[in-house]
Amino acid sequence: MADVNRGNRPLSPHLSIYRPQLNSMTSILVRITGNAMIVAAFLLVWWLIAAASGAGYFATVDGIVTSFLGDLVMALSVLGLWYHALGGVRHLIWDAGYGLDVESADRMGWGMLIGSIALTFLTLIAI
Amino acid sequence: MAFVTDRKRVNGLGAAKSGTHHFWTMTVTSVALLVLTPFFLAIIGPILGASHAEVIASLSRPIPAAIVAAYLVVGLHHFRLGVTTLLEDYVRGLARKIWIIAMTIVSYGLAAAGLVALAQIAL
Repeated sequence: MADVNRGNRPLSPHLSIYRPQLNSMTSILVRITGNAMIVAAFLLVWWLIAAASGAGYFATVDGIVTSFLGDLVMALSVLGLWYHALGGVRHLIWDAGYGLDVESADRMGWGMLIGSIALTFLTLIAI
Repeated sequence: MAFVTDRKRVNGLGAAKSGTHHFWTMTVTSVALLVLTPFFLAIIGPILGASHAEVIASLSRPIPAAIVAAYLVVGLHHFRLGVTTLLEDYVRGLARKIWIIAMTIVSYGLAAAGLVALAQIAL
């Protein structure tokens, strides 16, 4: 009852206030890539179910998953997966108490962007 | 709401004790996924687009099957916690609860479906 002003307090500055920075952009991309991977998870599980069901149904689903659009979704998901993984590594480093200054965070941000593209090329070439 | 005391409003929601459970589970599962990801990609990558017989042969071996199974379980548990945070940030009220329940069903449902499929292939 002490807080009579509940619901009408000033809010902390949000996206519309802050100028976009490498740090905030690389952070939101971690969230987007992590959640977007549910599409690839759906496709993969559908593909596994089809493989378990038999050759006939597998041919149908495999045709969709490995179509141009399917390949595009899977390739982008590999990029998202590596980006999200590197973003996770940055969080583990931060959680351990290292790299919390702006220069280190920016350096790791560029590392995530460039590293994820490099790892995606490596993955797509190697397999 | 005006008649609810501050104590009543926060009871059971405190960040202490269970407050770090979400964070710690994300940390543990993220490290597990970091280790599993190269193996997972090395197993799934080559058989994506291969013939049905090749897919069955590859996933019938115990270690690749176990790695894909572990990836599905740990990955979708990690996803469930992540998407819950996303929903808590952007969706309000009853819709938030419905979305969190729906995405929990999707997460564990996908993991269960994938495990059954793997079991049918591997056994």
